[in-house]
Amino acid sequence: MTWRQRLGRDRVLVLVALPGIASLVLFHYLPLLGNVIAFKDYVPYIGILESEWVGLANFAVIVNGDPLFLNALGNTVIITLLQVLVVFPAPIALALLLNSLMSERIKRVVQSVLYLPHFLSWVIVVAIFQYMLGDAGLLNNFMRDYDLGTVSIIGNPEAFKALVTGQVLWKDAGWATILFLAALARIDNTLYEASAVDGAGRARQLWHVTLPGLRSLIILLLILRLGDSLSVGFEQIVLQRETYGADAAEVLDTYVYYNGILAGEWGSSAAVGMVKGLVGLLLVLGANKLAHRFGERGIYQS
Amino acid sequence: MTTAPGLNPPGLPARAVKGVVLLACCAVVILPFITIVSTSLATREQVTRSGGMVFLPDEISFAAYQAIFNGDVVTRAILVSLMVTVVGTTLSLVSTTLLAYGLSRRGSVAHKPFLMIVLFALLFTPGIIPSYLMVKSLGLIDTYWSLILPVMINAFNVIILRAFFMELPEEVIDSARIDGAGDFAILWRIVLPLSKGVLAVVALFYAVSYWNAFFSALLYLNDISMWPLQLVLRTFVVNQTQVGVDQLGVAGADLPPQEAIQMAILVLSIIPILVVYPFVQRHFTKGVLIGAVKG
Repeated sequence: MTWRQRLGRDRVLVLVALPGIASLVLFHYLPLLGNVIAFKDYVPYIGILESEWVGLANFAVIVNGDPLFLNALGNTVIITLLQVLVVFPAPIALALLLNSLMSERIKRVVQSVLYLPHFLSWVIVVAIFQYMLGDAGLLNNFMRDYDLGTVSIIGNPEAFKALVTGQVLWKDAGWATILFLAALARIDNTLYEASAVDGAGRARQLWHVTLPGLRSLIILLLILRLGDSLSVGFEQIVLQRETYGADAAEVLDTYVYYNGILAGEWGSSAAVGMVKGLVGLLLVLGANKLAHRFGERGIYQS
Repeated sequence: MTTAPGLNPPGLPARAVKGVVLLACCAVVILPFITIVSTSLATREQVTRSGGMVFLPDEISFAAYQAIFNGDVVTRAILVSLMVTVVGTTLSLVSTTLLAYGLSRRGSVAHKPFLMIVLFALLFTPGIIPSYLMVKSLGLIDTYWSLILPVMINAFNVIILRAFFMELPEEVIDSARIDGAGDFAILWRIVLPLSKGVLAVVALFYAVSYWNAFFSALLYLNDISMWPLQLVLRTFVVNQTQVGVDQLGVAGADLPPQEAIQMAILVLSIIPILVVYPFVQRHFTKGVLIGAVKG
């Protein structure tokens, strides 16, 4: 069949796909051209084309030890590490717990409750934490009633990183179990039976049957998480950045927003944003390659 | 053991620990909801007595809700959010379904390049500044389109729907084709009716993301009177700007306590999600799963 004949045969499929493809190209791919301002001294009224080329000058902020940039980078890395260490394993543990429940009914009820916070906005989650853990919040009122003193979490920059980690756990740990529960349901039951016959207890079954059954999924999700390691919940953090101050709460994305769009340092902020995006992409591709080397499927087959 | 017959049943202490842990997890999710609703219904005297948040009120008062609905700031924001959510979800669902259907037949003419465009979009985001410049150069700043068009297609949702369409039994589609149905008729009469569950899940994902978005509005809308509910929520609840007589429909002396008003705004922003959630929830595993396994 010639190309023309195939186009005739599939014209409906191509036509219906076009609006969506056009939207992706317009808002996902074409904006990448806007990164050109990272190499220019961009002045909004004269426009991108007329602004002067400045070579790599805007990238200096990344390498010359600018304290504001380093602070944002440091906070980002610390929050990412906390999230990989604390937030990543939580849904796995929770899914194992749910999976071992005897009653399907209880399991469904618990799932319905734990999935819900995922659908609340960051504004709502941040507000809820503020009103539960704040000075006049439920926790401190309770502790005051029983003369236990009070804890200072809300508004305390030192507690900020623990707070954002707690918020992510509350919002998404339940929802994230959905993938692990699905993977657990696909593990072949005969493996459990055979290992039980061989005298394996529950702990050995967990180690030799359950965890290997989750391995591919865990690796896949870790790869995707790695690609996001320089983006740590932008909406969540930008909401709280004013309260906790830049020292504790500035991350790379908020740095780009505050310096670029609000303070008008367009060039250097675009440079930081662009390098951040590139590093993320390289991390995903690199981790995927590594996964292939270990014989895993990863996110795509090359 | 229903889930894994090969496992030995756990002992009593293990089961007790499990029960306590799960109960604690559920309590951590549910308690804040109870407190928020309670505080929104509390009287001034009760708020003062409890020192802020009220766990369970002795007396119920709807004054905070009345004040909010008589004023125009919050009600206007609710209307804006509803409008953006309805229009956005409709456009997203239609364009995503059509795109997924267009990608659902291997070997069709533009299948490969189109699929690459969708898949690669999952791996990176354009970044705040390039997105802003694009929206600005299209003249969408200070229009509601800026909240919809840039996020109209979510590549992950395309992948979920496409995977589902590809799983549908081919015999049904082939026999329709033999009866003379074209690709569009097959989509309308066979594919869509068989995909109601997964379409409901994708619609929920889109609706929730439009209802919840706040940063796009902060970035693209300079005109405060255009703000959606999430930004009003941020101003009055997160940043704790006092909600004054100007924003409410009551005389100064009858102003309900700030805490009650703030919690009432919070409740109003959660209600739409609570209303839709139970109807869609049972389809989650189906919808999300296929996308994850195949994608």
